[in-house]
Order: sequence, then structure tokens, then C-alpha cells
Amino acid sequence: MAESTFLDSTELVLNMGPQHPSTHGVLRVILKLDGEKVLGTDCVIGYLHRGVEKIAENRTYAMFNPYVDRMDYVAAISNGLGYCLAVEKLLNVEAPPRAQAVRVILTELNRITSHLVWLGTHALDIGAITPVFYCFREREEALKIFENYCGARLTTHAFRIGGLQYETYDGFEREVLEFCDMFLPKVDEYEELLTNNRIWGGRLKDVGVLTADECKEYGVTGPVLRAAGVKWDLRKAQPYSGYDQYEFEIPTCENGDTYDRYVVRMQEMRQAVRIMRQAVEKLAPGPIMAKVPKVIKPPVGEVYISIEAPKGELGYYVVSDGSLQPYRVRVRPPSFVNLQALDRMVAGGLVADVVAVIGTLDIVLGEVDR
Amino acid sequence: MADEQKPAGSPSPVPPGAGDANPKAGAAAGVPKTAPPKPAAAAAPPKPPATMAATPWDSELVRELRDRFGEQIVQTSTYLGQDFLVVKPDAAIPILECLKLEDDFDYLVDITAVDWPKKPERFELVYILYSFSRNQRVRLKTSIPDGHRPPTAVGVHRTANWLEREVFDMFGIEFAGHPDLRRILLPEEWQGFPLRKDYSILQQDERWVQENLGIESGQ
Repeated sequence: MAESTFLDSTELVLNMGPQHPSTHGVLRVILKLDGEKVLGTDCVIGYLHRGVEKIAENRTYAMFNPYVDRMDYVAAISNGLGYCLAVEKLLNVEAPPRAQAVRVILTELNRITSHLVWLGTHALDIGAITPVFYCFREREEALKIFENYCGARLTTHAFRIGGLQYETYDGFEREVLEFCDMFLPKVDEYEELLTNNRIWGGRLKDVGVLTADECKEYGVTGPVLRAAGVKWDLRKAQPYSGYDQYEFEIPTCENGDTYDRYVVRMQEMRQAVRIMRQAVEKLAPGPIMAKVPKVIKPPVGEVYISIEAPKGELGYYVVSDGSLQPYRVRVRPPSFVNLQALDRMVAGGLVADVVAVIGTLDIVLGEVDR
Repeated sequence: MADEQKPAGSPSPVPPGAGDANPKAGAAAGVPKTAPPKPAAAAAPPKPPATMAATPWDSELVRELRDRFGEQIVQTSTYLGQDFLVVKPDAAIPILECLKLEDDFDYLVDITAVDWPKKPERFELVYILYSFSRNQRVRLKTSIPDGHRPPTAVGVHRTANWLEREVFDMFGIEFAGHPDLRRILLPEEWQGFPLRKDYSILQQDERWVQENLGIESGQ
């Protein structure tokens, strides 16, 4: 220390979070800096740890269902779908076609709301104030549909093991189609604000690059993987809930930088609208609940089921010992696994890019910490 | 839906078929048709030991692995269409590596553990693998006794780093050779491993709670 002068570059340790608006919750990142350059990071997580997996072992299968909504709370419906599919697989039942179509509609709508929260806050972090108001305005319309359907806007508990509890309300199809018609031009509007914006491009292009091989190495999935050029989406690769009956594209890009991830997510919102329109057409009258025993007691066994959540592969590994309560429920959270790649994405970059990269990873701390 | 409406609308014509989903629920609801379910219940008691009704799994991949690892592979099975291998603890990492390099299982989805306190080998470590090119999932399971330090998988898959840290945090399984084995979700000074079965759901590290939160109990 004594020999160093003011011209020497010295390392500085900077604490970012847990109360920092751009960390999207209670994430603490310890940054090792050399001037503005990031040398390394260490994530401190767990501030929101509630022991969800432990709770599962002390609840019945049906009682645990609402808890999963509270992990990724901006995409609660996807969480519920994954859990219901896992228990249904253990019971060896399948939801009836009408229930599956309603599930697809609500899950895709939820993908849009999740991406809207991402877009609004990500743009806000970069310095674009306007999009967040637009995004939340449209998100409100989608939340109204959730509220009309099941009474809740965020932690919806929309699905039950075996299908649905509630039949759709009068005008459900009309409202969904109205949303679709209203929403597509809005995506163009967001793109008008951002896509060719010089500042947006300057802040995002070539920032936080993660190549396809690195994604696989770190287990990173979802839009981050697709932006790196891997055309992989669980809805196509291992279809569930009748996704194989719908026509849609898997948007991909090549560079794997923050800008590409933006492009992929924007396209995904358009594809979600496309799926919803087809699902509304498929919505034929029929039962909404499979024959599931009143007391859910799956045979001894284990199952791993994963779905394409808005953030990536969301998996449930459920072990049954034949009793009323799950013996073990392991949640494979996409946010947790994706966050691990943060260090690789920001090391060598600038400190301002850390904010952009955390935003583009689209993490939800409720899911990281569980 | 039509099925469900029938018994309510016309009680007499259909009862035997209607109760098939759950005979016990029917009996509890006071349906006088207790006679048919009872023999079934009486026949049930010679319970087979509750084990997973898995069927053997045979494929080119399995034969290839068996040729290579022989006795190290204890079981290859399928349950509900999902394939899994049970291997000896020492073979887990070489098999992970072989699957990654030779068979393209390049994506380690998850590492987790299950606690079976009554079994001599208390912890079951579960590695879930996926291959993009084959579009296939495989689970690799191995059982280890309490205190055993299984080798880390970080050398094969980088993503194992945080996943193993979480297993260590929740179960107290120490991975030998892990580059950075610290607690990840709980505070570093926390005592106890919450996902072990002998850790009650109300239990907590009371000293930690008192010292750091200044309250008697977190409950």
C-alpha cells in the first residue's frame, strides 16, 4: 500500500444491494472493481429464503399448491402449472383438453405479464423512463383477466391438481381475444421506443455476452440460451399441456448479448399472442377436471417434470413415499441457475453494465431464494 | 362433467360405477354400499413393501455404460417413462463425465438430495441430466452415508457450483474438491441443516436469531 501512488490502479470492493433498485429485489452483489472495470463478483443471496421445499414436506399435495405461486411471483401461473403437472404425472392422470387449453391461455398471458415487468424495469435501469408506464398499463389489462378468472391478480393459484377448479367466466374468450388485438400494436410501440434507439443499442449491444457453450456449461436456459442461438424451448422439445397442437416459432438470435435477449423476449411476446389465439379457438366445451381422488395419495415413486417458464426451465422433482404429504419436493428454479452466470457475464466489463446484465437475466429473488 | 351430474340428478341407477374413483370417500359419505369396497380393502393388507414400481430400462446407452462401468452401475430403471441409473458413489463423477463427453449429455439440469434417515446410506444424491442433441433426460442417483464426502461435479459441469452449495447448505453434504463450499441461502454462521428429516419445520438456530435479529423467536 505504501508504494502505491494515486496513479496506481487499486482494487476497490463495492457493495451493491441488497437495497439497490436495480437488483430487482434483495440481491447483494459484491463487486471487485479496478476503476470502472469489474474484476469479479460474488452474489450473496438468501434474504428471501422461506424454506419452501421444507414446507412442502409438511403439507399435503393440494395444500402445497398455493405456496409455489410465491416463488416466481411475477409468473405465478407458470409455477402452478409445473407443480400440477408433476403431481398429475405421479398420479398418472392428465388434465382434460378444455382444462389444458385454459391452462395454455393463462400461462401464455402470464408469460406476457412477466416479460412486461422485465421490459419495463430493464429499460428503467438503463435510463429509459417511459416504457415502464406503457408496460404496466398493458399488464394491468392482463391482470384483470386473471382477477376475473380466479379472483387474484398476482398469486393466482389458478390451477388444481388434475385440471381447473373454476370454469371460465362469461366473456373470457372475448376478453382474451380483445387483449390479443390490443396488445400486438403495443409491442410495436415498445419497439419503436427502444429497438433503434441509439442509447438503447449503445448500452446493450455486446454487453454481457454469453455464448451457447457457456450457457450449457452454466445450465442457463430460457431466453438467455435462445439469444445465444440455441433453438431450444421445452414447449417444443418435450411438449406438455398440448403445446404440440399449436403453431409457433422459437425466436432465436446469434450474438448472445443483452440486446439479443431483448429481441428474443419481444418476439416471444408476439408468439404468446399467437398461441393464445389458437388456444381460444380450441376451447371446446367439456370437463375441466380429471378423475382425481379427493385425497391425493400418489403411489411410491419419483418424477421430474419441467416446463418452459418465462425465465427458463422450471423443474419439479417430487418424491412420494405413498403418504399424504410429498416426501421431497425439489424446485429447479431458472432464476437461481441463471444468476450463477452473472460473474461470467460482467467480469471484464464496466460497472454500469452490471445493472444492464442483472436486468437482462430477468431474475426474481423470490425464486432464487425460495 | 356429464358423469358427475348423473349421480346427483338420478341417485338410484348408477351408484356402483360412480364410486369407483375412491371407494373410501364413498364409504365416508355414508353410501350404504360398503360391501364391495370392504373385500378389496381386506385383500389389500398383505402390503407389498412400498417401493417404486419401476421397470428395467434397457437401451444402447445402458449397454454401453454397463460395458464400461460394469459393477459400478447398480440399477437401470424407468418409472413413468423417466429413465434413471443408480450407481455406486465413486462412479458418479466418472459416469457424469462419460455421459457428457461421449453421449452428449451436456446440460446438468439439477443436483439435489433426498434424506432417508432409516436407510443405512442416508442420503440419495440425484443428478438430473439432459442432452440437447438427443432430447433425452436421465437421472443419476447414488446413495451415500452421513459424513461421506462425495467428489464434486464442478470439474465436469460448472453449474454444479451453486447447486452443490445448496445441497451442502440444506443437507450438510460436503463435496470434496468443491472450489467454494459455503452456505448459499442461509447465513454463514447458521447451525443445522434444514432439509434433513430430523430438523423439525419449527426448528431454527435460536442463537443466531437472537443475536442477529434481536428477537426471541422467528416464529
